[in-house]
Amino acid sequence: MDAALVPDGPMQNGVEDIEIQLLLEALYQRYHYDFRHYARASIKRRLLQARSQLGFASFSAMQDHLLHDPATLPRLLNYLTVQVSEMFRDPSYFRALREKVIPHLRTYPSLKVWVAGCSHGEELYSLSILFREEGLDQRTLFYATDINPDALRAAEAGVYPLEQIRKFTENHQKSGARSSLSDYYTADYGRAVFDKSLRSQVVFSDHSLVTDAVFAEMHLISCRNVLIYFDRALQDRALGLFRDSLARKGFLGLGSKESLRFSAHAPAFADFVREEKIYQRQDV
Amino acid sequence: MSVAPVEAISIGASAGAVQALLRILPALPADYPIPLFIVVHVPPDRSNALVSLFAAKCQIAVREAEDKEPILPSTVYFAPSDYHLLVEADRSLSLSMDEPVNHSRPAIDVLLESAADAYGPALAAIVLTGANHDGAAGLKAVCAAGGTAIVQDFADAQVATMPEAALTACPSARVMTLDDLIPYLLTLAAT
Repeated sequence: MDAALVPDGPMQNGVEDIEIQLLLEALYQRYHYDFRHYARASIKRRLLQARSQLGFASFSAMQDHLLHDPATLPRLLNYLTVQVSEMFRDPSYFRALREKVIPHLRTYPSLKVWVAGCSHGEELYSLSILFREEGLDQRTLFYATDINPDALRAAEAGVYPLEQIRKFTENHQKSGARSSLSDYYTADYGRAVFDKSLRSQVVFSDHSLVTDAVFAEMHLISCRNVLIYFDRALQDRALGLFRDSLARKGFLGLGSKESLRFSAHAPAFADFVREEKIYQRQDV
Repeated sequence: MSVAPVEAISIGASAGAVQALLRILPALPADYPIPLFIVVHVPPDRSNALVSLFAAKCQIAVREAEDKEPILPSTVYFAPSDYHLLVEADRSLSLSMDEPVNHSRPAIDVLLESAADAYGPALAAIVLTGANHDGAAGLKAVCAAGGTAIVQDFADAQVATMPEAALTACPSARVMTLDDLIPYLLTLAAT
């Protein structure tokens, strides 16, 4: 073959982009994990990292393994989904929940809270502690969902590296804490093991914002820094799902850089605490 | 000189960033047509201060990048603190909370690699002053995609480590002082 006929540079990227498209299609058709509408620049970075660390020469080689060897799936998923977070990340968000949202939630005899895309559970345990501090834990059922089974297992275990505790504690205090974080964990060989009573009212479940449907009527949905990984069409799908899952006047909390501004579902929500991206479901 | 007209400019800067950018950005007219994406290493919670600082001193519009917003001409987009800023092939911006790269979030490499992918030869990327190696891999990707790579002249940089690392990774990069850079950027708009 005449080497002069094979351009490099941008064309090389072109081939890689085709391979990525095919790989995501294979992942969907074979295992029903749908990353096809994830924001492409991020997913490409993660796939490049997976390709290099899993030792594949190309995405086509990775696709071949993925299709024929199901053991490749969990390894790849851990690159595509796992987010490391913090407990009480963005303390002002939790303070706003505590001071502005909780007084409304108190008026309900029973509550349902959904942590969508719970990853390793940092946000779930934060909310569970906050609801206990506010005296609402006994009447609240939490749903913690994610698409990654490994992440769900980690969330259910509630074990974090001890070196993260200082940051978690600082965040917790800034959130308006009414107790000490150390009331909720025991230190064990460099790990902080969180009290299992914090998850006695938690349902951990596999659920995809891309392909699954409404499963309960919620009073609060917290889904932070998940939608930024979606393209606009998929963001819209997820926001429609949240709209349909929320009780009348229910609350939705998004990440600090996420907004409904570009969404078709914006009219269904009103700003509740604007600077913290906390919205309230409206009748439309 | 690259053949394709430049459709986007990406800049990365770390230690000494504010002083360097205060030389460059206020020199751009309000109708400077090319969008600029900028990553500055700042501690979390500081980026709004950057935006207001530059907005007050620039004629061109200065904004913090929002997730999934379409890229507009005549606009400077700063990465928000504690988020990576990426450029999508459909010419929109996206943010990510992926782990820090080179101990940084936002990371210059993440911006430059995604922008190189999205714009190819139509990207100009500039690595300015800084005390780490962020931006080196990104600038290499810019070169590989046929874009225009520029590093700040070492003597001109407050801290030369970052432009040095970038030039090592991308030896074909052009070396410019801030004084060279201003007329160069203005020329890009004229072509």
